[in-house]
Amino acid sequence: MNLLKGPSARAAAGFAGAAVVLFAIAPLALSDFRLGLLAKYLCVAIVAVGICLAWGRGGLLTLGQGVFFGLGGYAMAMHLKIADAGPGNLPDFMQLYGTATELPWWWKPFANPLFALAATVLLPMAVAALLGSFIFRRRVKGAYFAILSQALAAAFAIWLIGQQATTGGTNGLTDIQGFFGYALDDPVNQRMVYFVIAAVLLLLMALARQLIQSRYGELLVAVRDSEERVRFLGYDPANVKLVAYVVAAGMAGLAGALFVPAVGIISPALIGIVPSIEFVIGAAVGGRASLVGAVLGAIAVAWAKTALSEEFPAAWTYFQGLLFIVALAFLPGGLASLAGIVRRRRAAAEKKPAVIPVGEAA
Amino acid sequence: MTVILGQTFTGISIGAVLLLIALGLSLTFGQMNVINMAHGEFIMAGAYTTYVLQKSIAGAGISLLVALPVAFLVSGALGALLEWLLIRRLYLRPLDTLLVTWGVSLMLQQLARDIFGAPNVQTRAPDVLTGNITLIGGDDPLTVANSRLFILGLAVAAVVALSLTLRLTPLGRRIRAVVQNRDLAEVSGISTSTVDRTAFFIGSGLAGVAGVALTLVGPIGPTMGTNVIIDAFLVIVVGGIGQLKGTVIVAFVLGVLQSVLEYSTTVSVAKVLVLVGIVAFLQWRPQGLYTLRTRSLV
Amino acid sequence: MSGLEIRRLRVTFDGFTAVDGVDLDVRPGDLRFLIGPNGAGKTTLVDAVTGLVKAEGSARFGGEELLGRSVHRIARSGIGRTFQTATVFEELTVLQNLDIAAGAGRGVWTMLRRRKGVPEPVARALETVGLTELADSPAGTLAHGQKQWLEIGMLLVQDVRLLLLDEPVAGMSHDERQATGELLQRISEERTVVVIEHDMDFMRSFARSVSVLHAGKVLSEGTVAEVQADPKVQEVYLGHAAAEATADVAVQEA
Repeated sequence: MNLLKGPSARAAAGFAGAAVVLFAIAPLALSDFRLGLLAKYLCVAIVAVGICLAWGRGGLLTLGQGVFFGLGGYAMAMHLKIADAGPGNLPDFMQLYGTATELPWWWKPFANPLFALAATVLLPMAVAALLGSFIFRRRVKGAYFAILSQALAAAFAIWLIGQQATTGGTNGLTDIQGFFGYALDDPVNQRMVYFVIAAVLLLLMALARQLIQSRYGELLVAVRDSEERVRFLGYDPANVKLVAYVVAAGMAGLAGALFVPAVGIISPALIGIVPSIEFVIGAAVGGRASLVGAVLGAIAVAWAKTALSEEFPAAWTYFQGLLFIVALAFLPGGLASLAGIVRRRRAAAEKKPAVIPVGEAA
Repeated sequence: MTVILGQTFTGISIGAVLLLIALGLSLTFGQMNVINMAHGEFIMAGAYTTYVLQKSIAGAGISLLVALPVAFLVSGALGALLEWLLIRRLYLRPLDTLLVTWGVSLMLQQLARDIFGAPNVQTRAPDVLTGNITLIGGDDPLTVANSRLFILGLAVAAVVALSLTLRLTPLGRRIRAVVQNRDLAEVSGISTSTVDRTAFFIGSGLAGVAGVALTLVGPIGPTMGTNVIIDAFLVIVVGGIGQLKGTVIVAFVLGVLQSVLEYSTTVSVAKVLVLVGIVAFLQWRPQGLYTLRTRSLV
Repeated sequence: MSGLEIRRLRVTFDGFTAVDGVDLDVRPGDLRFLIGPNGAGKTTLVDAVTGLVKAEGSARFGGEELLGRSVHRIARSGIGRTFQTATVFEELTVLQNLDIAAGAGRGVWTMLRRRKGVPEPVARALETVGLTELADSPAGTLAHGQKQWLEIGMLLVQDVRLLLLDEPVAGMSHDERQATGELLQRISEERTVVVIEHDMDFMRSFARSVSVLHAGKVLSEGTVAEVQADPKVQEVYLGHAAAEATADVAVQEA
C-alpha cells in the first residue's frame, strides 16, 4: 500500500515520466538534427548529475570537470579513430602531422574496445582519486580546491594543445566515422546513440538519487556544512569527499565518452576552463542541490546557448554573465528552490492570514 | 653560464609580471577572502586605458606615465562599483562570489569586444623602453630588454607602496583590523563597509597598473585577463593568505621555475609540471608558504 | 581503569606558550570543571587532547596515548567534545544528526543504503537529552539550548567515555542551565565529563571537582570549597576583577 505514497513513489513516477519524454515523445517530435542536439545536451546533463553530488551535496566546487569529461572523451575518441583507420593504419591526423610510423605506445591499448570503454570511466576516476586524496587529505578546501581544479583544467587543455602529433592539438580528434561498427552518418545509428545517452542519464540519476538518500548522502551534507565537526565524530571527511569527487569524475568521463559519437569530435576547446565552468552554471541555475533541478538547468542552459549564441553571440555572452550573477547572487538554490520558497510563503500565509497583507502575499 | 643567468633573468621578469598581477589579489583575496574572477578584466581595463590614452596623447613616454595613475583610478572605480553592487552581499559565500564574478568577467570581456573589437590591439612602447641593456658583454652576451627592467621596477615600487600603506597609514591599520576581527573592528567604530570598499578599490586599482605594464610585453585583447588570472590566484594560494611576503617570494619562484622548465621542456609541459609542483607543495604546506595562525576553528 | 591523565602538556603558537606544562588527572565518573580567566589555556588544552593543535608532553585516556594521533582517530577511541558555539548540522534533522554521530564504525554497505527506522542508541539519546518530540525538525530551527543538548546527545550515541564540553551553558536561560546541569550529572555517572565554564554559579551547583588554570598552568585543584578557599585563586580572580573594573572606568571616561 505504501508503495503508492511518499517520496519514493513520486520519484518513481518522475522517472517513468522522464522515460516517456526521452524515449517516446522526443524521438517522435524532434527532427534528426534536433534529436542530435538533445543528445549533446543530455551529455552535459550527465556531467551535471555529478556536479549536483559533488558541489550541491558535498560543497566541492569542481571547476575542473572538463578534465574528466575530456579524459573520457579522448579515451573513446582514440579507440574510434583507431577503429576508423582500420588495422595496421595510423589515424588520419597522425599521417598528416606526424612523422611517426606507428601508434605511440600509450595509444595502443585503446585499440581494444573493452579497454577503451573501461578507460572512459576508470581513467577519470583514477585521476580524481589520486588528485583528491592528495588535496583532501591535506585539508585543501573551499576556494583553494576550486582554484586548483580550475588550474588543472587549464593545464590539461594546454598540454593537449602542445602534443599536436599525438592528440591532434587544437583541432582535437575530429571526423569520427564509426561507433563500434555502426556508421555514425546513418540517422538510425544516431538515434541509437541518443537512446544510449538517454538511458545512461536516467540510470546515473537513479544511482545519484540512491547515494543522496543513503546514510552516505546525509554524511556528505554534514561534511559540507561542518567538516571539522564530522571529524570529531570519528569520520575522516577526506574519504567522504573523495567518494563524491570520484563518482562525479566517473560520470563526467562517461558523459565525455558518449559526447564523442553524438557530436563526432573532442577537442581542447571543449574541456578547458570555460567549458568546465559552463558545466557548473547549468547546475547552478537549475539548483545545485536538487538532482532534477541540476539536470533540467543543464539542459536548458545548453539549449539556450545553441539557440542564442549562433545568431546573437554578443547577446548570449551578456545573457550568460547575467545568468551567473542572478542565479548565484540572488537565487543560490537555483530555480528548484523557487518551488520551496513559494510553498513556504503559502504555508506562512495560511498559518497567519491576518498578519500578512494581501498585497505582500501575492 | 650565460644561459642559466639568462633563464633566471627571464624568470625574474615573468615573476615581476606575475607579482604585479597577483598583488591586487593579495589584498582582495588574501586579506578580504573575496575571490574576484573579474580581477583579470580589471587588468584588461588598465591595458585598454593605456591604449586609449596613447591615441589622445602624442608622446608614448608621457602617455605611459599618465596611464599609470589613470588606469589605477579606472580599474579601482570598477572594483569599488563591483564591490558595492554585488560582492558586499556575498562576503559569507566565497564560492558563490567566485562564480558571480566570473559572470561579471564574461560581461566585461564582451563589453571590450563591443567597444574595441575582438582582434588584439597594440600600443607603441616609448623609445626609452624599446632597447636592450647589455649586462654581460663579450662573445656570449647577456642582454635584457629595457621594458622588462621597467616592469621589475614597477613591481617593486607597487609592493613597497602597498606594504607601506598597510603598515603606516590609518587606512592600512583599519584594513588589518577588519581582516583580523571584523566584529571587533566594527564595534571599535570602524566602518567595515567603507574599509571593504576602499581595500577593494586599491586592490582593483593595482590590477589596472598591472594592465599598463602588460601592454609593454604583449598585445591587448578581450581575453587577456582570462589568460593570466589563474596563475595569479595560484600565486596567492601557494604564497599563503594575509601576508605580502608570501606573494612576492612565490611570484618570483614560480616565474623562475616556469622559465627554467620551459627551457628544458616545452611551454605546455612546463605548465603541467608547475601545477604538479604546486599540488606537491600544498602537501607540505596546505595553508601556503606563510599564513596567519589563529585558533579559529575554520 | 584509569581516566584522563595529562602530564607536562605544552602548546606553543609561534613562540607564545598557551599551555605551559599542565598536569591533570580526571578519574572515571568525575564531573570536572576547568575554570580560569580568558587566555588561561582552557580551550587550547582541550584542543590538544582532541588533536586539533600539536602539543608536547603526554595525554592518556584509559592508558592510551592520544598526542600525535589524528583528530578522527582520537574521536574513535572514545573521546568527544563540543565547541563554544554549538555546531550541529543545521540542514539535517535532529534524527539525522544523531544517526551520523552514531555511525562512525559503519561498513560501506550500510552507508550506501537508506536509514530505516530509528536505531536503538539514537532513540535512547533522544530520550536522555529530551529531544524525542523534535526528532524530525531540522537542527537549524532548534533553540540555542536545544542545540547544545543535541551536541551532547551526539556524544552519547558515539558512546564516548570522555566528554569535553566547552562552555555548554553560555547563552542559556536559567531553566536551561538547570536542565543541562542535571543532564551532565546523570551522564557523568557512567562516563567522565570535563566542562570548561565561566559561569561560577553553574560550577558551584554541579561540579564534583574543579581545576583552575591560569597563564597556561594549573593554579589549584580540588573540590569547589577547597578551590574557593585557595588564596592563589582569590588573588588571580580578584586581580582579574580589579583589572576589569579599571578597564570599565577607562571605557566610560573615553
